[in-house]
Amino acid sequence: MREEILWISGVNPLKCMKCGKCTASCPAFEKMEYHPHQFVEMVQNNHITPLLESESQYYCMSCLVCEERCPRGVKPQKLIEAVQVLKLRASEGNRLKPQDVANRLDPSLPQQALMAAFRKYSR
Amino acid sequence: MQKIGVFVCWCGSNIAATVDVSKVAGAVREEPDVVFASDYSYMCSEAGQLMIQNAIKEKGLTGIVVCSCSPRMHEATFRKAAQAAGLNPYMVEIANIREQCSWIHKDKEEGTKKAILLAKAAIAKVRFNEPLTSGETPVTKRALVIGGGIAGIQTALDIADAGFEVDIVEKSPTIGGKMAQLDKTFPTLDCAACILTPKMVDAAAHEKIRLFTYSEVEKVKGFVGNFTVDIRKKARSILEEKCTGCGACTEKCPSKKTGNEFNERLDNRTAIYIPFAQAIPNIPSIDREACIHFKTGKCGICQKTCGVGAIDFDQQDEMITRKYGAIVAATGFQPISLERFDEFQYSKSPDVITSLELERLMNAAGPTKGELIKPSNRKHPSDMVFVQCVGSRGESCREKSYCSKICCMYTAKHAMMIRDKYPDINVHVFYIDVRTPGKNFDEFYRRAVEDYGVDYRKGMVGKVMEQKDGKLLVQASDLLTGEQLLLHTDMVVLATAIEPDKSARPLATMLTASMDTNDFFTEAHPKLRPVESPTAGIFLSGTCQGPKDIPETVAQAGAAAAKVIGLLSRKKLLNNPQVAKAEERLCSGCSGCSKVCPYGAIDYEVREIWDHGVRKTRRIAVVNEAVCQGCGACTVTCPSGAMDLRGFTAKQIMAEVDAICR
Amino acid sequence: MVYSYYPGCTLKAKAKKLDRYARDCAQIFEIELEEIEDWQCCGGVYPGMADELATRLSPVRALREAGDKKQDLVTVCSACHHVLKRVNEDVKTSGEIRRKINAYLEPENGYEGETKVIHYLELLRDRIGFDRIREKVKQPLNGKKIAPYYGCLLLRPYEVMNFDDPENPSIMEEFLLAIGAKPVHYALKNECCGGYVTMEDEEFASKKSSSIMEAAMDRGAEGMITACPLCKYNLENGGLKDGIPVYYFTELFAEALGVKEQEEET
Repeated sequence: MREEILWISGVNPLKCMKCGKCTASCPAFEKMEYHPHQFVEMVQNNHITPLLESESQYYCMSCLVCEERCPRGVKPQKLIEAVQVLKLRASEGNRLKPQDVANRLDPSLPQQALMAAFRKYSR
Repeated sequence: MQKIGVFVCWCGSNIAATVDVSKVAGAVREEPDVVFASDYSYMCSEAGQLMIQNAIKEKGLTGIVVCSCSPRMHEATFRKAAQAAGLNPYMVEIANIREQCSWIHKDKEEGTKKAILLAKAAIAKVRFNEPLTSGETPVTKRALVIGGGIAGIQTALDIADAGFEVDIVEKSPTIGGKMAQLDKTFPTLDCAACILTPKMVDAAAHEKIRLFTYSEVEKVKGFVGNFTVDIRKKARSILEEKCTGCGACTEKCPSKKTGNEFNERLDNRTAIYIPFAQAIPNIPSIDREACIHFKTGKCGICQKTCGVGAIDFDQQDEMITRKYGAIVAATGFQPISLERFDEFQYSKSPDVITSLELERLMNAAGPTKGELIKPSNRKHPSDMVFVQCVGSRGESCREKSYCSKICCMYTAKHAMMIRDKYPDINVHVFYIDVRTPGKNFDEFYRRAVEDYGVDYRKGMVGKVMEQKDGKLLVQASDLLTGEQLLLHTDMVVLATAIEPDKSARPLATMLTASMDTNDFFTEAHPKLRPVESPTAGIFLSGTCQGPKDIPETVAQAGAAAAKVIGLLSRKKLLNNPQVAKAEERLCSGCSGCSKVCPYGAIDYEVREIWDHGVRKTRRIAVVNEAVCQGCGACTVTCPSGAMDLRGFTAKQIMAEVDAICR
Repeated sequence: MVYSYYPGCTLKAKAKKLDRYARDCAQIFEIELEEIEDWQCCGGVYPGMADELATRLSPVRALREAGDKKQDLVTVCSACHHVLKRVNEDVKTSGEIRRKINAYLEPENGYEGETKVIHYLELLRDRIGFDRIREKVKQPLNGKKIAPYYGCLLLRPYEVMNFDDPENPSIMEEFLLAIGAKPVHYALKNECCGGYVTMEDEEFASKKSSSIMEAAMDRGAEGMITACPLCKYNLENGGLKDGIPVYYFTELFAEALGVKEQEEET
């Protein structure tokens, strides 16, 4: 599974110098059980099951601050996305279903939000 | 009629284990022109060399082939031995049957076959060898040191103490460099100015040293032992012989808006200024871009104030041409620009500073007289955050790939000094690693942590945000506890990466000295020749060759001086005769060769030649044999084959190929 | 001067103002934004995985159409800009993706990433120039203090987006100065508003957005501008008492140029 994550994300976790700048910059820190630098370390060490089972991935906003500020070009967000994608492809149900958003459909909600959320949280 | 001798070495078991050496000797004994072939256990030993010398004398050998280790090891040894026996040293060829044969193969049969081929190739080559003689050039007994910081000063002092003349060219109005800006130096915490200024005074007072301050090198011509350099002495607008250094002009100057470079622009200076109190020479300069007189024609107060009439507004730059035997590059470093690192808000908040700016704030001669106060409101800080590795160790386009080496130590120094002077200030250091490899360095850093309570956190700062109350909010990670911290702090100090001074690259072009992609001068060999440039006669001193601290700089400065002294003490220089030469009848003067020459060794002259009975005038390439290193790039580039390399002629190489393919 | 124009789904429905004003203002500078004939929703998020093909198709269709007309492709919505530009880069740099997409779409002329994607603000800065804009301003905003909100998608990753310095951007500030407003600097102008996470955890996204608006207000901002409908939604949904209004930058642009009509809220 590690090989598949590395292939679809194109990330080389060996580049990481364990500085922690990604986690320092991450706006979703407080909601994540595993943080960007841990995703990198755990994927590298094939400790992937806890990442799949955790809810951390869903809080990643794809804001790309981790990618931009990383001095080594590691792109932690891509790893988080890869874990998320593999989990969705493997599982039977989707995380976000249409009935879940029914109560959010107020006139001001841009469809962009629905589009993006369904792309990220369901197959 | 040639008489070639072949000597096959066992090198103990290094060669003999994988190559049947007596079989090799036997195989080549039958080669045409070979009159002697033998094998021996250690050819480089005294006995082995004696064997060679006896064979030369007894058999009247005209050329020899030694099948042994790499020529890098013992080519010089065998050449000397041959010369002592009366044979021209360039009639010696080495067949490398160790590094290129016995050490890389396992099968003895295959190894022996290969060794025989290598020997035959060397024999084919030596058949076409010609006796070569080294040329001689004189040596100008004067050295030029470019850069007047601690590296340049130390090198100059060592060369001068050995009795040779030295010129120091320094682009700013005073010598001293970055070290003059420092407050205290690690690991001893002695005052930088106290240890530097005596050296500066020595350099100024030394009878063999001449200082050219406010000057820059503009052109370099020539070659090792015989450089001719044009120096531009910029106009200070002061008559140096008259000025007494009283400083009255600087007190009266009304132009006070220019950022003071010595204090990292934390305060301003006047247009006519002396950079700092211990400047050498203690003579002011007028910054013409800031001076009201030069901009509008008015003012001129300094001239009226000067009691000895030393101000000269009409002074022009002066060009000086001098000759030198050796040149030392000591151009130093500068911190990188932080304009791409605004996650730390450096461009927006005056309380976010670089480490060099902090040095000035803490220095008693600095903009705040040594009191550590927040630049924004001049109040006393209660909390400070240090961020390491800003711009270093990174791969993106805004960062340098290398470690800047000095920052872990100077941050420990800063943290310790602040905690010592102001125990009420909390100091946090966010680090990736703490690198303290020197003598007493790790103990120094541990003192900061254990005795002075500096809060070291393994992690990084992600962002700095200015708060409504004037403080700074720092968002950082602590990887050991797994937290994202939000610290309310007063000042953030960024340990900025260092890079070579801007003047280094144009200087490297002038010297034809090589540089790496980071603009550091490259050394001839990273381990064994760290203070010489591959370009003969150019030496390297200080951070221009790579990031280093003061102890290393002074050590390297002495090493560079030693090399210079070695060069200047020679009566004449022998150059390597295996250099390129253009056959004048084939050369068309196309300039292809000089464009690829990395050493600038090729020039052109118009010559009259006899071509098939016709007298012609042609532009011909001429190789400066003292500068040519024999790399062969020109020979490959030459479209007509006019350029050839003595000792490695096209004919010789083809003969080797033929011998192998036969 | 005609440019191909990709509005995106939201600009056609919930964010009509962002679209209308963009086109009206462009007219003042004799620029026509010609809408792509056959466009579909870009997807809202960039599909980053190397094996995703279907999600990259609609961006390529739009890019190809612009490429066939030899026109640059202009976008206004930050999200569309991000997706289109990054997919374009994939086609340019990844041989595998380029081959697969061309094999699937079978375009008349193969698509290799030739189209240039530019954002409306880049059009203003590079093709028109802020000085020309200043000249055409009829009703300058009288030094109104506006905080520009960049968000994530325009700026990062800098390697691909190449829009402005990701940590110290200034294009919106220059725009604000050109229309007579006073730009307000605050440290959170490039922090994430929460994006699509609002659908997963509305409270958390609101927390992120409200701290951004608060930081702008602390610096005296009277309003904010943005180029992204989702950012506008999140900022307005931040739940701050006495929050400041959030405008699409094209709305203030239209106001300054005197082409904004009075109309009811849609």
